[in-house]
Amino acid sequence: MTANAPVNAPAAAPTAAPRRPIKPGRVVMYALLVLAALFFLVPVYLLVATALKSPDAINLSTTWHWPSALNWASFSDAWSKIGGNVLNSLFLAVTATLFSALLGSLNGYALSKWKFRGANTLFALMLFGMFIPYQAVLIPLFQFIKSLGLYGSIWGLILAHVVYGIPITTLIFRNFYADVPDALIEAATIDGAGFWQIYGRVIFPISIPGFVVVIIWQFTQVWNEFLFAATLTNTTSQPVTYALSQLAGGQAVSWNLPMAGAILAALPTLLVYILLGRYFVRGLLAGSVKG
Amino acid sequence: MKGLSKDRLWSIAVLTPSIILIAVFVYGFIARSVYVSMTDWGNDPAQALALNPIIRFTGFANYQDLFTGFLQGRFRQELVSTIFFTLFFILGCLGLGLGLALILDRNPRGEGLWRTIFLFPMSLSFIVTGTIWRWMLQPQGGLNQAPTLFGAPPSTFAWLSSTDAIWKFDWNKLPLLTASVVGFVLVVMAVRAARSGDRTRTLVAGGCAALLFLWALIIGPNIKMLPAPELHGFNFALIGIIIAAVWQMSGYTMALYLAGLRGIPEELREAAKVDGANDLGMYQHVIFPLLAPITLSAMIVLGHISLKIFDLVYAMAGPDNINTSVPALNMYLTSFRQNQFALGAAIGTILLILVAFVIVPYLSSQFRTEEGHA
Repeated sequence: MTANAPVNAPAAAPTAAPRRPIKPGRVVMYALLVLAALFFLVPVYLLVATALKSPDAINLSTTWHWPSALNWASFSDAWSKIGGNVLNSLFLAVTATLFSALLGSLNGYALSKWKFRGANTLFALMLFGMFIPYQAVLIPLFQFIKSLGLYGSIWGLILAHVVYGIPITTLIFRNFYADVPDALIEAATIDGAGFWQIYGRVIFPISIPGFVVVIIWQFTQVWNEFLFAATLTNTTSQPVTYALSQLAGGQAVSWNLPMAGAILAALPTLLVYILLGRYFVRGLLAGSVKG
Repeated sequence: MKGLSKDRLWSIAVLTPSIILIAVFVYGFIARSVYVSMTDWGNDPAQALALNPIIRFTGFANYQDLFTGFLQGRFRQELVSTIFFTLFFILGCLGLGLGLALILDRNPRGEGLWRTIFLFPMSLSFIVTGTIWRWMLQPQGGLNQAPTLFGAPPSTFAWLSSTDAIWKFDWNKLPLLTASVVGFVLVVMAVRAARSGDRTRTLVAGGCAALLFLWALIIGPNIKMLPAPELHGFNFALIGIIIAAVWQMSGYTMALYLAGLRGIPEELREAAKVDGANDLGMYQHVIFPLLAPITLSAMIVLGHISLKIFDLVYAMAGPDNINTSVPALNMYLTSFRQNQFALGAAIGTILLILVAFVIVPYLSSQFRTEEGHA
């Protein structure tokens, strides 16, 4: 599987460039694209429009109208309710991501460049951990975190995310390092470099793209996660996903608040995606294809 | 680089913490969950949160309760719901994703922008998606009001609060249905094996199918799991959640298919054209067969996501809407709201078994081919 194939694809696209009479086929194509884009963007329009309405302007029958007066206060109101949780999420996601990336890089290096017998089986057993429904480990996990005294603390949540992040980060780095020629390692061995020197001087310096992919992927995953957030934390340490679900689930709240909250909760991962989309897609594809 | 050099020891040392963590947090906890699911922990509320609860081993009693107990009808409906959800969710994502990828493969202008639009929901949390779609699917607003923009009367479909269902069947028929489906698959396997000349496989698959059908005909009809008929089917309330899930995940299949399409060498298409294939023929005979492995990967990844989906349902329909509920949500509520830990662990274990059916063959086949190459 080549995730980076699309990057150089536009070179093979001379068909669209020269001026030619527009073919009906292409009209249909663009019509379909616009239709599909509507499906993906209409929810965004409603999200923004509702977030910018004042509570008394929200009426089910005028859902589709753009607000006559923009009510930016929705955002400050939403921030006052879930701002602390956004900061929790930020701390959680950054910390957990850094630990996961470091572990994944070392594991990937050890598994791809120092193969020992049974390395592949071991790796397959690790990967299984990425696919399990976490409901199947939730009760013992809860007990374990509680017995460590970490229940309700953000560190318990970080621990869970780092551990269950090991499979995917190891997978991405292992595939990344598989493309590093073994000759490079052998040359360094002949020069007398050992396990750590090779990692420090050869592998780590060329790992930046791998780190970017893993960091983006893990950050998005941890930020968006809900199940652990709902079970392992209490009110002081809840991340934003849980706070948002509470904000949206309450019947008394006016709808502009959860909508503004949803925008706040979505912005960090959305920004990462828009700025670094190429790497995001690579992480996405890595999660589905092994070997 | 043979033998146990110092470097090789280092590599094992580096892996050890992760191995221990995975061994405990994945395999140890699964074992513990399975054990808990075979006790009565939490069935007596007084014992659930006691410091030293009295926990008795009860074998498969919790499982029996879930599948045949009078009070657990909700779980049985959820099991049926999750199967339907998975089916339509996968079909929706594959169809939409393939369609979008095929269009983008024709090199429209601004391809990067289109791709960004189709893929951005992947970066959102299911909770965010759920919050947005919950608002869009309000029965008196959102999508139902959309026709009024064109002067038509508003739609009246109740979406998440719909209570209608179709394709209902009696839960007592479940063993029979399962046996028939599995038997049918076995027959197909036997026929395929016979065609490729694999005699043992033909005999084993055929024999198993025959046994199953025999069982379904003679013993199956007499099994009564429940005293009274209990109908379960596809709840219309799930439609809204399926649409939201497809909205979020179809960009993923699009990215997979697009990478696959871009990986098909141009010469292959040229060759097909030289051979006189038209567009349709080329897709049918050259491109789609090459995309088949991608379809399989996508089905497996989407399938396991769909089986454990819980946050989207929670955010869209809340925890107490039984028409949209799924086992993953029930497990959370049973364990952490009602403190019935043993029952919750049993639901978790059933989920794990469902997911393992999908994942284990996939992982082992991936690694078998890899060892073969090495």
